[in-house]
Amino acid sequence: MAEEVVMLALSPTMESGTIVKWHKKEGDSIETGQILCEVETDKATMEYESVNEGTLLKIMVKEGEEASVGQTIAIAGEEGEDISAFADKSAEQPADLSAEEPVEVAEVKEEISEEKKEETVSVGEKLPKGVKASPLARKLALEKSVDLKAVTGSGPGGRIIRKDIETARAKPEGFVTVPEGTTKAVSVGTATVSAGIVRVQAQKTEDEEIPVSQKRRVIAQRLSESKFTAPHYYLTTVVAVDDLVMARKQLNKKREDKISLNAFLIKLTAEALRRNPMVNSSFRGDTIIKFGRADIALAVAQPDGLITPVVRDCWNRGIIDIDEELKSLIEKALSNKLKPVEYSDSTFTISNLGSFGIHEFTAIVNPPNSAILAVGEIKREPVADEDDTVVFKSNMHITLSCDHRVVDGAIGARFLKDLKEFMESPIKALY
Amino acid sequence: MPLINVREALRKAMDEEMERDPSVILMGEEVAQYNGAYKVSQGLLEKYGPERVIDTPISEEGFTGIGIGASMVGLRPIIEWMTCNFSIQAMDQVINNAAKMKYMSGGQFSIPVVFRGPNGPAEYLAAQHSQALQSIYTHVPGLKVCAPSTPYDAKGLLKTAIRDDNPVIFLEAELMYSHKGEVPDEEYLIPFGQAAKRTEGKDVTVVGFSQTMRVVEEAVEGLSTQGIEVDLIDLRTLRPLDEEAVYSSVKKTNRLVVVDESWPVASVGSWLSWKVSKDCFDWLDAPTELVSMEDIPMPYNHTLELATQPSVEKIQAAVKKVLYI
Repeated sequence: MAEEVVMLALSPTMESGTIVKWHKKEGDSIETGQILCEVETDKATMEYESVNEGTLLKIMVKEGEEASVGQTIAIAGEEGEDISAFADKSAEQPADLSAEEPVEVAEVKEEISEEKKEETVSVGEKLPKGVKASPLARKLALEKSVDLKAVTGSGPGGRIIRKDIETARAKPEGFVTVPEGTTKAVSVGTATVSAGIVRVQAQKTEDEEIPVSQKRRVIAQRLSESKFTAPHYYLTTVVAVDDLVMARKQLNKKREDKISLNAFLIKLTAEALRRNPMVNSSFRGDTIIKFGRADIALAVAQPDGLITPVVRDCWNRGIIDIDEELKSLIEKALSNKLKPVEYSDSTFTISNLGSFGIHEFTAIVNPPNSAILAVGEIKREPVADEDDTVVFKSNMHITLSCDHRVVDGAIGARFLKDLKEFMESPIKALY
Repeated sequence: MPLINVREALRKAMDEEMERDPSVILMGEEVAQYNGAYKVSQGLLEKYGPERVIDTPISEEGFTGIGIGASMVGLRPIIEWMTCNFSIQAMDQVINNAAKMKYMSGGQFSIPVVFRGPNGPAEYLAAQHSQALQSIYTHVPGLKVCAPSTPYDAKGLLKTAIRDDNPVIFLEAELMYSHKGEVPDEEYLIPFGQAAKRTEGKDVTVVGFSQTMRVVEEAVEGLSTQGIEVDLIDLRTLRPLDEEAVYSSVKKTNRLVVVDESWPVASVGSWLSWKVSKDCFDWLDAPTELVSMEDIPMPYNHTLELATQPSVEKIQAAVKKVLYI
């Protein structure tokens, strides 16, 4: 039976490769393990070893041409076999997983597809297409965060089976053994001096290798993608929050359930977004979505990662309402009970590390947003007033990270100026 | 424990139940005067008389229907088919009347009848007399189907079948009648829907039933000398089917070989394979293998006859295939 020889993922991130050189020509006999061709991947030029036996009947992708992973590059089989059935195969491209739909449709549709996409990523069920693996192997690969594309299958037709996942776990690629001594230096023990060299006799601490969880994988992927593709710049300003603190105190005076400062921040941010809609947007390549809603996410730390539950529709809601939803979302986040719909599809994000005593910091834009606000602690600071008299103010340092593809410096600055005004004098948000 | 064969175990089951319950009767071709074509009913005429052990004419449709009618008005008939091949004559009675009467009468009629007889190939019986019909009967809602492989199970399941208020197809096998095994003297019943684990193993799940279990067990023994540990399940009843026993085993071994001597298309084996592929999908490390009768009428030539059936070699090859060795 003639079989298709398909382009394999020769590196974990490879999506397509260019055939640099064919080592076999049509009619040559081939054996398993023999080099068929050399392929230039995204990383290096790799040798493609044959998994087929028999005769190389036809080369479909010539030297210098590119083939996607899963695309037929040649036909192998018995000598003289009829391969007319495969004639048009080379034209067929495998379905492109990551392909974005050309954005021509209305904004609403685009938002829906975005939501779907995010959910798929967050539940982590996206499996590589064109990879043959037993159901068990797929499940184990997900659990153990093994990239199936990087595993060579030992089953029939290159099927990845349980054994392959287990050996992939045993010998992880790219795992660097920390040289002796490095760990020793870390922990302090009894130091002895001999021949002028300080030897540290320490208890040996074993390096721990932790499998990357699906959540960690998603965090890594999304934040790397954001930081590497969205050109970030940062705007910092100092806000005197005495009036805001006072306003919160007054509101909370008659309440048992105290409204959090974050609820105020979210509401005032929503008002600043209303006046600066470009900050409340998303870059989509050919188009920019200006969101018709202010769905503000708040970064919440979990023991095993980070999640951003979203308070919806902040333009049309009061602070108490926002606070109630926020509290319920945070509670769910801490007990890992958030549904994808509750932590995806935000339009803006706030990260507040004030409670850790962080003075100020810069955050990474949370896609599909175009900006994120990093909030530091409230600190009493000496400030010169109009008469150059030093007075003490309750100051908060806030930093806006912007995606420069959408939010230009002046736009980001105007937003921050508005937000600063609202925080310093909350009544202005009502103007 | 006494060692008796399947023939004696079945006879004891009927004897005990006839003694316990006067509404139990036995009817069929040559069950009385001749003591049964395979001597299963030996001595029962003498003990219970011609009113309860009844010879019938060669008319499967007739006496099968009489059995169903008798069960509707208070008796618990055991209908012996000389072989299941002949039961094809009576299939209208079984499928249209026995299986559906309770449903179509709105529960007014129970059909406590047992149809029993040898099923599957024996030797030199050719195409029309070597058929394994379990899949046809198991196909029909309203029927229960037993397919024991040992004297112990044959006795315990037949007693349960006689006491069951629904029509039960009880599949025996000609070559199995002389198979011996331990059967206690004291009374016991085996509930339907409970598979038996024959060997414990971590490498692969093998499922079989009825007379093929002999071949399966031989294959499994051979595999164990090669270091392959088989989790071997004997289904014992095909409807109800003990899926859970199979699932829990497959979840342990991650691979399955089903042995069913009926034809492979739309069979008990292919049904079970589908169930596992659906309910154990994420636990499977290999596609399930089905070892069945070849998809042809049984040849008369003995070499071909043997080659048509599940064999030690075929089962071992299937096991190695799902183990990727």
